[in-house]
Amino acid sequence: MIETTTNWFAACRVEDAVENGGVCVKCGDDQIALFYFTRRNEWYATQNLCPHRRQMALSRGMIGSAGEDPKIACPFHKKTFSLSTGECLSGDECAIQTYPVKVEDGLVYIGLKN
Amino acid sequence: MKHKKVVIIGNGMVGYKFCEKIKTKSNDFSLIIFGEEPRIAYDRVHLSEYFNGKSADDLSLSSKDWYSEQEITLYLNDPVKEVDRSTKTVHSSKGITQEYDYLIIATGSAPFVPDIPGIDKEGVFVYRTIDDLDLIKNYAVHAKAATVLGGGLLGLEAAKALIDLNLEETNVIEFAPRLMPRQIDSAGSGMLQNKLSALGLNIYTNKGTSSIEGTDRISALKFNDDTELKTDMLVISAGIRPRDELAKLSGIEVGTRGGIIVNEFMQTSDPAIFAIGECALFDHNIYGLIAPGYEMAEVAAAKLCDDHKTFKGFDMSTKLKLIGVDVASFGDPFTTEPDARTILFEDSHKGIYKRINISNDGKYLLGGILIGEAEAYNMLLQTVNNKILLPDHPEDLILGSRGGGKQNENAGLAGLPDEALICSCEGISKGSICDAVSENNCESLDAIKKCTKAGTGCGGCLPMVKDLMVHTMKQNGKYLRNVICEHFHLSRQELYDLIKIHHLKSYEQVLDNLGKGDGCEVCKPLVSSLLASLWNDMILKKGNDTAQDSNDRFLANIQKGGTYSVVPRIPGGEITPEKLVVIGQVAEKYSLYTKITGGQRIDMFGAHLSDLPLIWEELIAAGFESGHAYGKALRTVKSCVGSTWCRFGLHDSVSYAIRIEERYRGLRAPHKLKSAVSGCIRECAEAQSKDFGIIATEKGWNLYVCGNGGSKPQHALLLVADTDSDTCIKYIDRFLMFYIRTADPLTRTAPWLNKMEGGIEYLRNVVINDSLGMAAQWELEMQALVDSYQCEWKTAIEDPEIRKRFNHFVNAPEEKDPTVKFDEMRGQKKATDWTLA
Repeated sequence: MIETTTNWFAACRVEDAVENGGVCVKCGDDQIALFYFTRRNEWYATQNLCPHRRQMALSRGMIGSAGEDPKIACPFHKKTFSLSTGECLSGDECAIQTYPVKVEDGLVYIGLKN
Repeated sequence: MKHKKVVIIGNGMVGYKFCEKIKTKSNDFSLIIFGEEPRIAYDRVHLSEYFNGKSADDLSLSSKDWYSEQEITLYLNDPVKEVDRSTKTVHSSKGITQEYDYLIIATGSAPFVPDIPGIDKEGVFVYRTIDDLDLIKNYAVHAKAATVLGGGLLGLEAAKALIDLNLEETNVIEFAPRLMPRQIDSAGSGMLQNKLSALGLNIYTNKGTSSIEGTDRISALKFNDDTELKTDMLVISAGIRPRDELAKLSGIEVGTRGGIIVNEFMQTSDPAIFAIGECALFDHNIYGLIAPGYEMAEVAAAKLCDDHKTFKGFDMSTKLKLIGVDVASFGDPFTTEPDARTILFEDSHKGIYKRINISNDGKYLLGGILIGEAEAYNMLLQTVNNKILLPDHPEDLILGSRGGGKQNENAGLAGLPDEALICSCEGISKGSICDAVSENNCESLDAIKKCTKAGTGCGGCLPMVKDLMVHTMKQNGKYLRNVICEHFHLSRQELYDLIKIHHLKSYEQVLDNLGKGDGCEVCKPLVSSLLASLWNDMILKKGNDTAQDSNDRFLANIQKGGTYSVVPRIPGGEITPEKLVVIGQVAEKYSLYTKITGGQRIDMFGAHLSDLPLIWEELIAAGFESGHAYGKALRTVKSCVGSTWCRFGLHDSVSYAIRIEERYRGLRAPHKLKSAVSGCIRECAEAQSKDFGIIATEKGWNLYVCGNGGSKPQHALLLVADTDSDTCIKYIDRFLMFYIRTADPLTRTAPWLNKMEGGIEYLRNVVINDSLGMAAQWELEMQALVDSYQCEWKTAIEDPEIRKRFNHFVNAPEEKDPTVKFDEMRGQKKATDWTLA
């Protein structure tokens, strides 16, 4: 069995994040979109790139839910993706990468695979 | 188990569909595609849209990622040149040798080029691939007149593409006595010809072309009747020839007039080799439409998976929009006495021609033709294909019920059998759609598309799919309302009233009190728009900021590449030289692309998110304010120069336009609002194409409402004539408040009026005669909105909390998005085109 260790990247302070919306986190050369649902007190992180037209845009999209599943809609063409699985909910054959998030002492961390 | 190798020759629509079909059935095959074109499979059916704004990427059926995700090996730009059946290998032109267990030939067809003297001259083209279109486009730059040889379905498509290139003259030459000879009769062709001529197309039927004139390049066509037509270019669309040369070379049986002979499983004379699409000859027929091609792909994929399916020939019925004119042909369009009886309807005033052929006993529909209006097509086709008994008065099918008799229940959707084919592109039956609704709870078009794939091809069946969904839901006892989304089981108007009564001020409050869940990209902008229409608070107030639509959230329009465009308000299109200089300086400083908009303003493109507040600081300091180009709000009030300069002007249209624009600036509505004021009946401001437009008369102003440009242009209708300036504004107040309160989401004023019972008469009663008794209240409400106006950008740059959000990175606010790229064109920048992987 392969063990993977999670490297927790400190993204920002809780008050820097946008309530019920997203911010974009610079993580080396990568861009990660970080979303904060105050109503659920839940955090999600995904790649910032929308795979549909390859635009760095997901962090500027609108969050919401489909049933119980939290989702993000890209601001360009409103393609929606599940924040829990990364699956595209608009019927396209593309998915996005998701990352775990934790909050400790007022800091938000994004989990990257080593 | 060892994977069987399936080699597919041809990466067109049908070859692609075969891969998609077989991948959903089984994972036991490894797929290898050889394509002749340099591109991945694209939508050839909508090729003419390439000249109408769609890019090659837009037309792509998938992305390169899709092929790699599906583990399909794709060789582009590399046609197969030889098939060795004894060793079961293919050899490509670039020298790849590939073994196969099964071979699928999907080479499609090539345009038929008739042997006319001079056909090899420069300026003669065919119309089949994106590369052909690029050649046509480049050549057309120096051409004034273009001609299409062939007035069939494809020829008229090609003519549409040429019209979109804005040449001075576009001609169509047809050898037969009528257009679309395989689909419509001469009366139908006559009607179609009239309509197309009115749209600027010159049509010549009964013309045999004898030679193509010109020294090196084409200059004219000569015909058998000794007439001549000058033309700078020629696009040949005289039919198709199946691409069967590879099969012939490999000793596979082909038809005497071309086409690879296949059986009902799409197998050729070599059982390991299949042919599908336009290259296949089944029962002496070549099928040149997409739906049968897809069906063949399905049958071949099924055969490889030992799934028993057969191809039984295909209905060649078709409906399409040709240059804006609906044309449909179904069943047997031509059958006539003594085999059948025909019912004809011809209206040369509106340009409508309808013909249906019914059996001699009056029981069954056999086929027909529709020109100019084809809404009934789906229903008529179903009636033919499913042998549904005709109602007592079959003429109702094309004329509509004209009072008196009861509606025949069986004539509607309910009468269709479960096996009735609704989506012919994907082969989805009525039963599967109803099951998706009943069993899988698909209660939206998107859900049905995802579950069944119905409507994902040409999309022509979508209205019918929607009707079926509504019908099935009603049958299941579901109360159907025009609700917003899963989070709000209310209509827009109900929500408007409830927010007002409960005095709710933020999206979160509205969701807490009236909705459920976390909201979504449908209800958030809608509620935000209602809140703005009701209370006119700054839209980025904390709590409401993330509920705004993408563009409202950053008070700018997001453009390709992720930069934004900036449009300051220029009321009435009037601007001082000093302000023009400021725009120039700002654009230069932040290196923005500048363009004059259709609404007499200046748009500056390519601004980084973090530059927006800086740009606006400078603009506001120079006296500009937000133009709300990003909002579902009043955009611009266009004006002609009017009586101050114009020798025809009756009144000062510029001053009145400025007054109106400043009154309604920032007003949020169900959709964008456009207006214009013209100083005389010459109508230079195009007021009759606006949501509300005003034209000066000798005695005052005429007010027109509910006009629309865009994809479905509609002229505005006269609401009131010869009114004075103040009264006219009162009427506009009432009109706008009535619209804001009652329109469905994202509905412009034109479709709002189209749906209104009683139409313009009713609207006039409400607005002018105050039949609802709401006029005084609406005027007060509008005045409150006018009084509470603020420039959103001014508020935004003064509030540090709001400004903080105009950075790309939360943890590196000083850095811009490094992925933003520009190219150069005509001395300015442009966004780098988006790529598909």
